[in-house]
Parts: sequence; structure tokens; C-alpha cells
Amino acid sequence: MSDGPDGEEPVTEGPIAYGVPVIESNGQVVLHPAPDQWLDTVVALKADCFCMAIDVTAVDYSAHPGRTDLPEGVVPERFEVVASFIDHTDGRRVRLRVQVPESDPVVPSLFDLFPGTEAMEREVWDLVGVAFAGHPDHTRILMPEDWVGHPLRRDVPIGRIPVQFKDAPTAR
Amino acid sequence: MTDVTSPPADAPVEDRVENTDAGLGSAERVLRRDETSAVLRLSEAEAALLAGDPDDPPVGDVTDQRMILNMGPSHPSTHGVLRLMLEMEGETILRTKPVIGYLHTGMEKTAEDLTYLQGPTNVTRMDYAAPLFSELAFSMAVEQLLGMEVPSRATWIRMLMCELNRVASHLLFQATNGMDLGAVSMMIYGWREREEVLRFFEKVTGLRMNHNYIRPGGVAADLPDGWQDDVRRLLELIPPRLDEYDTLLTGQPIFRERLQGVGVMTPAEALALSATGPILRSTGYAWDLRRDQPYLAYDEVEFDVIVGTHGDSFDRYAIRLNEIRESLRIVEQILDLMPTGDYRTQDKKVTPPPRARIDESMEALIHHFKIFTEGFHVPVGETYAAVESPRGELGCYLVSDGGPKPYRMHIRGPSFVNLQTLPHLMEGGLIADGVAVVSSVDPIMGEVDR
Repeated sequence: MSDGPDGEEPVTEGPIAYGVPVIESNGQVVLHPAPDQWLDTVVALKADCFCMAIDVTAVDYSAHPGRTDLPEGVVPERFEVVASFIDHTDGRRVRLRVQVPESDPVVPSLFDLFPGTEAMEREVWDLVGVAFAGHPDHTRILMPEDWVGHPLRRDVPIGRIPVQFKDAPTAR
Repeated sequence: MTDVTSPPADAPVEDRVENTDAGLGSAERVLRRDETSAVLRLSEAEAALLAGDPDDPPVGDVTDQRMILNMGPSHPSTHGVLRLMLEMEGETILRTKPVIGYLHTGMEKTAEDLTYLQGPTNVTRMDYAAPLFSELAFSMAVEQLLGMEVPSRATWIRMLMCELNRVASHLLFQATNGMDLGAVSMMIYGWREREEVLRFFEKVTGLRMNHNYIRPGGVAADLPDGWQDDVRRLLELIPPRLDEYDTLLTGQPIFRERLQGVGVMTPAEALALSATGPILRSTGYAWDLRRDQPYLAYDEVEFDVIVGTHGDSFDRYAIRLNEIRESLRIVEQILDLMPTGDYRTQDKKVTPPPRARIDESMEALIHHFKIFTEGFHVPVGETYAAVESPRGELGCYLVSDGGPKPYRMHIRGPSFVNLQTLPHLMEGGLIADGVAVVSSVDPIMGEVDR
């Protein structure tokens, strides 16, 4: 589809596909829609034979030293929702990465377009805490219903069960 | 598209996404049934509210014979800890809610604390019936980020082991499927044949399950001497047994009655629900990553993609049975095509020195120590690698921040996604057929919950 990221391109913006900046990451096509382009981009993808939503996940970039793979004009935010789509006729794959600000971690749900994203979006809400507006069942899926917090956020520490060794003077 | 009334932007996130009629105390909302949906969307709190006190007057219409039946998480036919909330009317299932999370151990969080070399020990515990596929997807993602080529022998060893793992996984399916349907002798036979494959795995990897055999850069060890004889023995042993299964099950009227026309799905439904693997193929939709997006060396071997016609439980059974035959066909070709050479990359950055070198070289000792304590650094980037596991597309989304541990590791578990088909397959069926449907979806809860 499109060549590598900007660089020798004289125009200010890099390559564009489906109306949003596109880069190539390890040979895979990655689109970077703005949050308000999110639904429209997925609608365009669906119209272009991308028949299945393979995966929806999210990354909390708050502890990342700095991303260098974003195209020009895309402002990095704390959260990033990543969705993968596949086109079975040509075997194309495309990945969407949308920046979601910490102050307003909400993106529109893809449920109406791809009902298969229901469980994946619930998982993202449960574990990373990015909400999906318009989701039919916006509840936790893996953690208990009364759990507080979102464990895959980087500010949630990894829990440990203290191991008691006999006569150990202090915990390690 | 989604027509959402937007509350003020400063409202809490929960308020902004909550349905207007959601919330506790709305038993009416719960009882109101959306005829278009097979999915029961009912929280624990709402279910508890519905249960109420037996002495209380009934809620809603008293002539309404519907009830919520809980099945699992500890139930012999749920393959682990799957729990189903079934809305029943008599014996008929109206709506279903799969309740998962009982096996959630935070493996994606754990992965952020393990080096890339330790990563396979973690992911291998996800799909415990087909552990090599998770290891493969993870290793392929790491290799993509490293920009590394794997030696051809390692590629072919991976293929050999994965295809045998597919055989083992589908044999396990035959066993549990038989058990769920009352063909208990099938359970014994399925386990027996699977054990033969696992015995070979034990010889190669040292373990029957959770092998940690496929690692970034290649595989952990070369195939042992005489592996061809062991594989040939399997190739001679298993096909006649598969013919026995045909005699025992495939043509058997009672077995067919239990499966044919039960849990029917159309290709459009399967695509919409992101179902992959035998569920998608049972609808007659030929999609197999091994053929359509070849990884490893699948473009150099010959095999057929098995598809069904009706999309029912019987097709899913027959597809898995015949996929065993196709996998054995691939294994037979691998026997002849297995190249010689290294079984792991000679890139010193990711491969520890051979054991013998450590005794004679201080540098080798330091090198070994550094790889196993600090790990190797992987360039900044993100990637997605997918393989065709016995249950469908198994993907690994990996983000690296340049350090020795993944910044984020996400596994797209086919069981997790395929579980969404359950309510649609079970809708309108009998509860006894529900057992057959759960079995035919073949979810592995370790991968569902991760």
C-alpha cells in the first residue's frame, strides 16, 4: 500500500490512506486515525473488504521512554487503542492505532460494525480502562465485577504474595 | 453508526458509557428480552437481584416460565472453568451469557516483568492443549522486532512440532467431545493416542506440556537421534486409530443425531463474530492462515484445508478429525524435507553459548550470565504475528521500548474470541444440545482467561 514513514517527502504530512496517516511497521500497514476519525476509518475499511475485526487491544504508554514510530501530526497520548482487521479476499491486514488521552479515555465502540469486538472491548475496558461509548454490555469480563482499578495500567504494581521463610530476618 | 448522546466531557467515564436504563434495581430491564439477541447481558448483581427471596412475590409476569440457570464454573462438560448463565424456557435455551475470568492470572501483566527469553515460559501456559503455538506466535513477534531470520532447520522443526501438537490437541478434542456426548470409550481412546504424541514431545523437549521449546531465535534443542523412527511410528500408529474413530463415531446414528443440525452457524455470522479456525471453516468458508498467509515453510508442503457445509457441531467434529489426517500428511513431508544445519540462530545477541564453551571461556560464562540475568535488548517498535492454532488465529501483539522486557504483550486468543459464538450457537436449542455446542467450540480456558 504505502511506503515507509515520512522523510524524503517534501509535503508536511506523510503518506495517507483512508484519509488518515499511514506508516509501515515491520512490514505491516498501520493507520493512525485521530479519535474523531476512528469510526469513519473503520467504516471505510469495512467498505474496502476488510471483513473481520481480528483483535482489539490497548497499550498504556505512560512508562514508555518515548515513541518514535508515530507519523507527523499525531500527538502521543497516554493510551493507545490498537485494532487489527483482515481482508480475506486479498489477504491484507491493517492495524489501527488511535491515541486516547488520559483525561478522557473514551472511544466509540465498534460493536455496531463488527459484533465480534464485544468481548475484546470489554477486555480492554476491564484491564486497561479505556471505555467504549455505545457498547451494549460495558462491564468487566476477566476481573471480578467489584474490582477497583485496571490492572494492565502501568501504575498498577505487580502483586506478590510474600513468601515466609523460616527464620528469615527480613523480607527480601 | 453508534448514536451516543454525549454527556458533559467532565463526567466520570462510567457515566458516559452507561446505558440510560442500566443500573441496579431494574429487574424489568433484565426481564425485557431483545428478540434479536442471543446474548444474555446480565451482571452478577442483577442476577442476585432476580434470585431474590423465595418467599417474595415473583417479579414481572407470573405466567412467564423463563428462568436463569447457572451452569458451571465447575461442571464436567465445561472444559475447565467456563460458567454459563442460561435463560431457559422449559428445556429450551433462549439466551446465554458465558461468564469467564475464573482462570485469569494476569499473564499479559506477568509478561511485562519477564525477559524475552523467559517470555515463552509464560505464554506456553495459556493454551495448555496446544502450548507450542503460543510459543511460536510470541517468538515470531520477537524475531520480527529483532529483524532476525531463523535458520531453516529451526523453521522446519517448529513446523514438525506444531503439526504434531495440532494432532495432540485435536485428539484431545475427540476425547472430550466423546465424553461430553456420552461416548465414554472415545475418551479413553483419544487420551491414549494423544499420550503417544506427548511421549514424543517429552523426548524432544523434556516435557509433555508447557514445553518452552520454541524460543526467540529458534528452538531450545535439536531433535534427538532417531527422531525419524519415532515420528514414523506415530505416522503408522495414528491413522488406523482414526479409522477406528470413524467406525466408532462418524457413522454411528446416535452420535450423528446428537451433533447434526446442532449449533448451526452461517459464514456471515462467523465473520461478524470474528470466529476463526474450525468454527469458521465448518460454515464452508475456507480460511486457514497456513495456506492463505503462509508462515514458517507452509508454502513448501502440500495439504488441504478442510471445510464443512452446514456449520453444525458435526462439521466441527469432522473437520478436526480430518485435520489430524492433514497434519500427519504434513509431518510425513517434513520427514523427507527436514534440512540440516543450526536449530537456533548463531546471533550471539540472543543465543547463549554452548554449555561446553562455558567451562573453558570466561567470556562465554559472562555472555551466558548476561543473557540469562539481564536478557537481550529488542529495538523499539510494535508488531503483530499470527499463527493458525488448532482453535483459530492466535496472534501476539508486542510492543518494545528498547529494553530487555516487552513493554506490552497481548495475545489474541482464538478461544477467547470464539467463545462469543456460544450464545448464537445455543439459541433455541435444548440444554442437552448446549453441552454438545460447548464441546464443539472447544474452548481452552487457560487461553480464554489468560
